[in-house]
Amino acid sequence: MADNLLKVQPIRNGTVIDHLRAGAGLKILDILDVASTGNTVSLLINVPSSKQGRKDIIKIEDRELTESETERIALLSPSAHVNIIRNYSVAEKTAVEIPEEVAGVARCPNTNCISNNERGATSRLLLRSREPLQLACAYCARLVAGEELQFL
Amino acid sequence: MDHVVTIQDLADDEIMSILDRARELLPVARGEERSDAFVGKILATCFFEPSTRTRLSFETAMHRLGGNVIGFADSRTTSHLKGETLADAVRMVAGYADAIVLRHPQEGSARLAAEISDVPVINGGDGAGQHPTQTLLDLFTIREELGKLEGLTVGLLGDLRYGRTVHSLAAALARYDATMHFIAPESLAMPRRVTAGLPDDWSAHTALDGVLPELDLLYVTRIQKERFPDPEDYVRVAGAYTISAETLRDAKPGLRVLHPLPRVGEIATDVDETDHAAYFRQAFNGVPVRMALLEMLLGGG
Repeated sequence: MADNLLKVQPIRNGTVIDHLRAGAGLKILDILDVASTGNTVSLLINVPSSKQGRKDIIKIEDRELTESETERIALLSPSAHVNIIRNYSVAEKTAVEIPEEVAGVARCPNTNCISNNERGATSRLLLRSREPLQLACAYCARLVAGEELQFL
Repeated sequence: MDHVVTIQDLADDEIMSILDRARELLPVARGEERSDAFVGKILATCFFEPSTRTRLSFETAMHRLGGNVIGFADSRTTSHLKGETLADAVRMVAGYADAIVLRHPQEGSARLAAEISDVPVINGGDGAGQHPTQTLLDLFTIREELGKLEGLTVGLLGDLRYGRTVHSLAAALARYDATMHFIAPESLAMPRRVTAGLPDDWSAHTALDGVLPELDLLYVTRIQKERFPDPEDYVRVAGAYTISAETLRDAKPGLRVLHPLPRVGEIATDVDETDHAAYFRQAFNGVPVRMALLEMLLGGG
């Protein structure tokens, strides 16, 4: 892992998201809305990995992720690890985990669900299965496959 | 137990005690005996879309037990039109009544109401979702008509995709080891979210004749015109799923036919005269079953 982290310049403070499913990196950049926040970001795609074959890595300078952002990453790539970097060294390293319930993260795909129609309602999806990823709307019980997720 | 949003919210023994109590309440439901169990209690019936049987049988159930009813039968007469959220409407009504029956066109609305209300919420039908009190009265009717719930062979016919009554019923029958046959045009087949929750004892068909002789129970639902963009398709499909006395010639003599009503053309009136017809008794059963459920939620009785 040390080699991969050094492939682009090491960062002083910020976040390195490692062990992303190869191909998930671009989607995750989109969710993290990196273009508008002004932080320096690097994305490595298809990095050789002994565990995964290929993986993606994202480095974001001077930013630590919120819980909601970590949940989104987990939903897109359950294998990911989030490393918090402080003063060039890994201060915290956590494997992302899909929680039993994600609220306000992704919409229910049923357009006639109350959670998509009621002003002020928060979507709630309940975890049904991790592998393959499947959730169910807490309101209308509609099943949502991982690849169907539409993030809010 | 606080709210009844789906049939899964009721444990097996709760369902059984509702069905047992409903039988005891039959004389009160028929008006042969008087009850004042619910004097001073108020039920709110909030119907954001029209319904005749569900609303009237809840109101009758409440009145027969000496209680009162407030509510509306149509969202056009409410502040919903002014843009009020369901959450606000529920907060308000929860302050006026001891329990709420909600019928709403959007799926999940009863669950949302239950999260907000501090009085019991009963789902009276949420869009294409669930309709648990219909399921309770269906189970009651099946047990009264066939003498048992266990191990029946059941056919569900018609619009199985949008017909919410059949979704709840299939989930409930699975608890009683039913063998289920889902008979529907391909475009109206039972949705995966329902079949995913069932044990393996079910099969899908596009025609009734192959399975009819095995059935103890045939549950017929209405195929709605608005599901078909082309009216010609509707006429052709609806016609293929019509039941008449002639259609039922190969059925077991003890077969019972149920229908949540209203029927349009899917059961010919000549079936009414046969021993198979149980749908009018089924509609009446909504009263004692809803009485028993209200007793469970409101105390009393």
